[in-house]
Formats: sequence, C-alpha cells, structure tokens
Amino acid sequence: MSVDGTGRAWVFGDDIDTDQITPSRFLVSSDPDELGEHAFNDLRPEFADGVEPGDFVVAGENFGSGSSREHAPLSLVGAGVAGVVAQSFARIFFRNAINLGLPVLICPGVGEIDDGTEISIDVDEGFVYDHDEEIRYDAEPLPPFLQDLVDQGGLKPYTRRKLESAD
Amino acid sequence: MTGKTITEKILSEKSGADATAGDYVEATVDAMVTHDVTGPLTIDVFEDVTGDDAALAAPENVVFTLDHHAPADGVQAANNHNIVREFAAEYGANQYEISDGICHQVMIEEGFVEPGDLVIGADSHSTTYGGLGALGTGVGSTDLGTAFATGELWFRVPETIRFEVEGDLPDGVYAKDLILRFIGDVGFDGATYKTAEYGGSAIRDLPIHQRLVLSNMAIEMGGKAGIVEPDERTATYLEEQAGLEVGVDPDLAADDDASYEAVYTYEGADLAPQVSKPSNPENAVDVGETTGTDIDQVFVGTCTNGRYEDIRVVADVLTGERVAPNTRLIVVPASRAVYQRCLETGVLEALVDAGATFQSAGCGPCFGTHQGALGDGDVALATANRNFPGREGSMESRVYLGSPATAAATALYGEITDPREIDTTRYDDHAVSDVGVVR
Ligand code: SF4
Repeated sequence: MSVDGTGRAWVFGDDIDTDQITPSRFLVSSDPDELGEHAFNDLRPEFADGVEPGDFVVAGENFGSGSSREHAPLSLVGAGVAGVVAQSFARIFFRNAINLGLPVLICPGVGEIDDGTEISIDVDEGFVYDHDEEIRYDAEPLPPFLQDLVDQGGLKPYTRRKLESAD
Repeated sequence: MTGKTITEKILSEKSGADATAGDYVEATVDAMVTHDVTGPLTIDVFEDVTGDDAALAAPENVVFTLDHHAPADGVQAANNHNIVREFAAEYGANQYEISDGICHQVMIEEGFVEPGDLVIGADSHSTTYGGLGALGTGVGSTDLGTAFATGELWFRVPETIRFEVEGDLPDGVYAKDLILRFIGDVGFDGATYKTAEYGGSAIRDLPIHQRLVLSNMAIEMGGKAGIVEPDERTATYLEEQAGLEVGVDPDLAADDDASYEAVYTYEGADLAPQVSKPSNPENAVDVGETTGTDIDQVFVGTCTNGRYEDIRVVADVLTGERVAPNTRLIVVPASRAVYQRCLETGVLEALVDAGATFQSAGCGPCFGTHQGALGDGDVALATANRNFPGREGSMESRVYLGSPATAAATALYGEITDPREIDTTRYDDHAVSDVGVVR
C-alpha cells in the first residue's frame, strides 16, 4: 500500500464553520504559524498544542462553511495538518484549501472514525485507512487537474510555473 | 448528448473544453474586480506570485473600487485606499474613486460586463452580473491575485437549479420578493456550489434592474452564480446604461434538454410581498406576518436595491409626505450616476423634504462598519441582502429585509407595512421601466 502519510486523526462533527476553525478575533494576522496557534481555539483548545506535523483533521458534513476567509485553511497549514478528510466540504473552504496546497479528500463514512486513531491517506488512489479498525474508506479521487494543483503546492507555485513557462 | 445550461455554455466557451457539470476547467476571465476591503490582500498575492517582473495579464480588465469605507472612516481605511490607488496607477488598472459607487454597479454602468462573459470578483455578490446573462462569481484573494497575473482561473463546472415563475406578478411584488421566497424555500445553503438559473414568463418580463436583484442574492442560498437568459431588454439596457452594442446571441440560452439538479416552479399571481425576518435571509415570510413591527431605521441602498428605480419607488411614495416621527430613513445610491439621476429628476429633493438622510454613493451601513450603523436594540428594515446578527451594526440589533416598496411604506408609517396598502400608481416600477431604463 502506497500512502501519502500516516498520522493521528483529530475528529470533528458536522457543519464546522470557519468561525470555529479560526475565530474572527485572530483574523488580524495572515501568518500561517501564528494562525496555527489558534486553530480550533474555542472549539478544541487542546488542538494547537497537541497536533503533530503529519496529523489529519477528519470531519463530517459541510466542513468549512461560513465566511470566505482564507485564514481558516491557512491556520491548518500552519498547525502542520497534512490533510483534511471530510464527508463533504463547503465550497469556498474546499477551493481555498486546494489553492493553498492543503490536501483535501471527500470521503463518505469517515465521520465514524474514532478520535485519536492512526490513519493513512492516499490522495492519488483516493482512500483513507483506519489502522485500528482495519477499515478502508474510499474517497472520491481528486480530479487530475486538482491533484496537479495540490502536487505543485497550490495555486501560487502553480501560477509561478505557468508564468515562467510562458516567458 | 444532452443539452447544456447557460453556465456550461459559458464555461465551455471560456475554457475551450466541452464543459459539463462536475468537470474542472481553466477558463479565461473577461473582467475582474476588487475593492477597498479585499483589494490590499489581492495585491499582496499578485506581488508574491509575480515578483520582479510583475505585470497584469490584462490591465484593461482589472477594476478597483473604493466603496466599503468611502469616504474613509478611519486611518486604516484611508491607508487601504492609498494602497489601491498606488497599485492601480503603477500597473495601469482601472480605479474608481470614493462616491463613484459600489463595485458591482460600477462594473455594469462602466461597461465591463457583457452577456456571456465570465467575471470574477473578490466579493461574494459578484453573482450580480448574472442579471445581464454573464457568469459572475465571488472568489478568494489567492484566486483573484493569481488571475491578475494570468488572466485565467480554475473552476469546477457547477450543477444548476432552475427557478421558473410564470404569469404576471401582482402589484407590490418585485424581484426582491421573488428572491427572498426562493431563498426561503431552498434554504440558506440550498444552492451551495450551484448556479441558480431564473426563467419563465414573469422573469422575462422583469426590467433589467430587477433581474440584477435575483442574481445578486443567489449567494444568499449558497450559489456560485445566478443567471437570467439575456434578451432584447438586456441589449437595450446595456446600450442606454453603458453605451455597449451587444446584440442578442440566440445561443446564449439554456438548451431545452439541459439537465437540472432541481426545478422550482411558481405562479406569479400566488406571490405576496416578502420580508425576511432577523437574522437570516432564509426566514422569508409574507409581509402580513410582520406588519405592525416598529422600525427604528429604514435603509434603502446596496448592490441589491440601490439603483435609481429602487430609490424612485421610495420617493414616489414619500413625495409630499413625512417619514414617521420615530423612524430614520437612510438612502444611499449605488453609484454616482444613480445619485445624479436622483438629483436631476427631483427624487433627491423629494426625499430630503420628506426627512430622509441622503448619503454619497457606496455601501453605506450595509455591513455595519460605516455611516448609519445600528445601535443596541435597534430594529431596522433594509433593502439589503444580509441580516445576520450584527451585520448592520450592534449584535443586539435586528434587521428585516424587504423590497424598496415595502421599505417606503414602512418609512411612512414607522412600522412594517404592506406596500399594497398604498395606491399602486405611486410606485409602478414595472410600467416605468418597460424598455429597461427609466428616464
Ligand atoms: S452593498 Fe453591501 S453586499 Fe453589496 S458590495 Fe457593498 S457591503 Fe457588500
């Protein structure tokens, strides 16, 4: 099994909005590291200290709804989160995450995963593997275009490369 | 092969691909807009990706407005205005000044939007352009800043929900009432990631300034876009408003066998004026359920309902009358051109005589940080698009949303009032706008 990474699952419920990911009082900064220190500040105060680089955020339906603030996915990048797996995403969060190069997978059933479980994700093949329960959850694979965008590190590096090749 | 929706046709044309809902495409953008709030961040992204040899891919298609904090209401806002002014001057982009108007109105009046165009803005109400048969959508600052550099952006081709309204609308019922009803029926996130396409004989009969209202508020049901098929009226409107010769492209219509995720149908005659109760646009009810509610402030304006025809409806009701004693009426035209027409036609004078506060063009109190903000306990009725807690000021204030006619009747009596109680000849905006533009 080739996987993109293995880490701990931080599991959240349905309808987690951008205010719960990055409360609006922290929006004065746009520095990923600083934002990362306040990720899920009110909802799960232990998150920022406990999260290890390579861990994953796992959520139910409609993750990232609410305002269009790009600070929310940026805070997860700053916290070292290696990817977000959810049963569904709100539109602008999904788009912003892809643009920032944060891997996201739409994956039915992952709301069942227990908090703290060791999981692996494979973005290319499109699945999540729960090592404790030995269950594989198949994801909707990212379309090749978005996969390419994520592989290149997001929209900014992608654009830089595009501009260079046009020269 | 099944037919295409307007959205699929526009994204096919702009990407050179055969685009169907669910596909991902990279498409060439016809126009881009940002303002004093989102502009500085967008500029940061652009400078970050372009580095030393920075140039806008198409400076003639890039538009900056100063509308949210205009005139500047503090040092931070003034500094942001200067960042925008300096950038636009350096890179040759279009830049509009304070009091020139709200981004979406300026884009339309200045001729940046044509039917079939793909337009993006770092503002969620960029859906407004759909009223002209364009695909307009709001994006983030990374999206817009990179598109400044390349002239292109990636899109997931959205599914479409169709709203059909047939027959005549009763007196006192406007596009604003239709869209509040749609949002009430579909829910605040009912069209997430989708285009709302509006059709049927009642929609075709709407003057353009009202079609823009339907598209503007598509985002209040989560929509990526909201589109009305362009027609002769669209062409006439653009010629008179923006001096554009666009003609009518018969291909720019949904195919008969296009596939929709859902179709909602309405009989125009069944509809009553609508009001959305605090604090979500989806709380839409017949006005009768709210009449008698005391109102401290009535606000007429915004990118939804701040056009000349909207303000004229209010002036027609209030000419020779006074705003109710314990109620404030704030009117903010959507653009300098709207302001000038109010001046030339006596609308401004009638409103000021009636006791209204008439401000320079811009967003006004729409998002609660500029002039006209609400205090603790204030109850307001606004022609705006959002009424979340704190949207127009204090978290302890409450906002109802309604049409300009409902706003006018409410300002006259100081409590929410059914506009049908007022002699309809005073605000027959369908009739005055038959050819698209009121003179
Ligand atoms: S009028 Fe209101 S909704 Fe429209 S652009 Fe301005 S702040 Fe946004």
